[in-house]
Amino acid sequence: MELKDIIKPENKVYSKSPVLTNKVMHYCPGCSHGTVHKLIAEVIEEMGIQEKTIGISPVGCSVFAYNYIDIDWQQAAHGRAPALATATKRLCPDKYVFTYQGDGDLASIGTAEIIHACNRGENIVVIFINNAIYGMTGGQMAPTTLMGMKTSTSPYGRTEELHGKPLKITELIAQLEGTCYVTRQSVQSAAASRKTKRAIRKAFENSALNKGTSFVEVVSACNSGWKLTPVKSNEWMVENMFPSYPIGDLKDR
Amino acid sequence: MAEFILMKGNEAIAISAIRNGCDGYFGYPITPQSEVMETLMVERPWETTGMVVLQAESETSSINMLYGGASCGKKVLTSSSSPGLSLMCEGLSYLAGAELPCVVVNVVRGGPGLGTIQPGQGDYFQACKGGGHGDYKMVVLAPNSAQEMYDFVDLGFDLAFKYLTPVMILADGVVGQMMEKVELRPVKPRWSDEEIKKNFKWATTGKTPDREQNVLTSLALDAAVHERLNHKLQSKYKQMETEDVRFESYMCEDADHIIVAYGCMARICENTVELARNEGIKLGLLRPITLYPFPTIEIQRMVPQLKSIMSVELSAGQMVEDVRLAVNGKIPVNFFGRLGGIVPSPHEVYEAFKKEINK
Ligand SMILES: Cc1ncc(C[n+]2csc(CCOP(=O)(O)OP(=O)(O)O)c2C)c(N)n1
Ligand code: SF4
Ligand SMILES: [Mg+2]
Repeated sequence: MELKDIIKPENKVYSKSPVLTNKVMHYCPGCSHGTVHKLIAEVIEEMGIQEKTIGISPVGCSVFAYNYIDIDWQQAAHGRAPALATATKRLCPDKYVFTYQGDGDLASIGTAEIIHACNRGENIVVIFINNAIYGMTGGQMAPTTLMGMKTSTSPYGRTEELHGKPLKITELIAQLEGTCYVTRQSVQSAAASRKTKRAIRKAFENSALNKGTSFVEVVSACNSGWKLTPVKSNEWMVENMFPSYPIGDLKDR
Repeated sequence: MAEFILMKGNEAIAISAIRNGCDGYFGYPITPQSEVMETLMVERPWETTGMVVLQAESETSSINMLYGGASCGKKVLTSSSSPGLSLMCEGLSYLAGAELPCVVVNVVRGGPGLGTIQPGQGDYFQACKGGGHGDYKMVVLAPNSAQEMYDFVDLGFDLAFKYLTPVMILADGVVGQMMEKVELRPVKPRWSDEEIKKNFKWATTGKTPDREQNVLTSLALDAAVHERLNHKLQSKYKQMETEDVRFESYMCEDADHIIVAYGCMARICENTVELARNEGIKLGLLRPITLYPFPTIEIQRMVPQLKSIMSVELSAGQMVEDVRLAVNGKIPVNFFGRLGGIVPSPHEVYEAFKKEINK
């Protein structure tokens, strides 16, 4: 059998979502950002809402999310994406509006913006990429960095005396009346990715039902920041991140 | 027949926004401008024009809400006073960099720090010289009456969308708080979604198959691309300097001396001019209406006929630097200012003026 005999429409098992552009991603191999982008693009495609979706990209490694998901985007200042999303959704209520934010962006510099947007129950979707580190600036400590974890600004490991304990922002968000769906997922395996995709889809569907804010945390790998190979990163994540950030729904109403 | 209403400058901002097709107001309370949001909340424009009004959690959020709204091609407005504007500087820089239109009102109080809630003009540098980071400018309009507070909302949106840039209305506590007769101009409806799609091809209105995606960003990591972006911004500022300088002259034709003053100080200095004229001194008043772009050329045009210029401000001397740049050492440039929220009387200004010219 030759190659041309195999490459036939009836043999096709997978195709890239047309909502993903053809640009080569700048993410490190093994990084979770690319996988989550793909899932979002597939949800947008399957729901048929490309013309109605507006993304707000953060400051962090995913600042360039707009290069990969083929929709209209606004690029926000560090941490401010929920404020942009608030106005966009209120002024254009027929649109699906989502923010895509890292843990530095959402849980540190943008804490006020995310808490208040969620508390007001803005009908937006929040995708929260928690890799427990500042990927973009070269691996500094994040509010979500684990106890004892070494980063460039906690070179001897995170200690409680110096830095306090990791901020469980998602648990906090789940307490807020304005949120309708708060879940924590991951993308280290095909099975986990499928669950995350279902969560993202549900979040987008909620926003059309005006139920309040839907918040999807994705516990993610930053193998460059963690200084591990992609495979080791996933193992390390399951072993060390999941006990602190357990996978599953925190709220669904 | 024209309709007149007695209102505060701050109320005029709110009423004008509703009547001029503003789509959204986002703000955070601070004295001396809280009446803007209070008036909007009483008027409930969401039930009439559909205008959105939202109390944000901070000025940082307000200005970023403007970024979101402006990205959608909407007419968005915020107002605050000095400390709030300091928080907005990050957002203003991003809005300028992403070339987004909006109107920002600063009803200035005395600073630095928490300062005082009394009027001030100490935010001139912040408004006219950037404030936020990077090489950007905003059009800065300086109203001196409740009527101009009303009119500059509409003018501000015209200029913001002409240049795709933030426009600041730089008022002061006096202009914000004083009650005056205001003429209500004809109503302008809000733009429809179709109009926005047609007129603002850059807006995030949703990517349709007939066009490329729209991305509103100030980021450009490629040095050549980033330099081009900066040159584009600079060419807009050049255009503002040639097409949109606004000022008002009062008794300047035969003047030997002029006062340069804006906002409430221009109102006061009109009386100073009269005091001088009564004593036979040919004093005039130049009132910059746009602080940026500054009426540099008008000042240069007048220099040959003048013996001196005095800048009068509620600051330690900020606008005077732009006057000096314009005059370029050709004649004496004097300064008189009061601080701490103290507003000098026409007589006090006149005495200061006489002291300078008799030196
Ligand atoms: C006001 C401001 N402060 C600091 C920075 C520098 N900075 C850029 S990205 C970043 C952290 C991003 O980390 P995170 O949000 O976790 O995203 P990641 O790269 O890990 O996906 C920081 C501190 C900035 N751009 N703006
Ligand atoms: S630094 Fe980390 S978060 Fe950034 S692209 Fe690389 S792996 Fe991903
Ligand atoms: Mg991170």
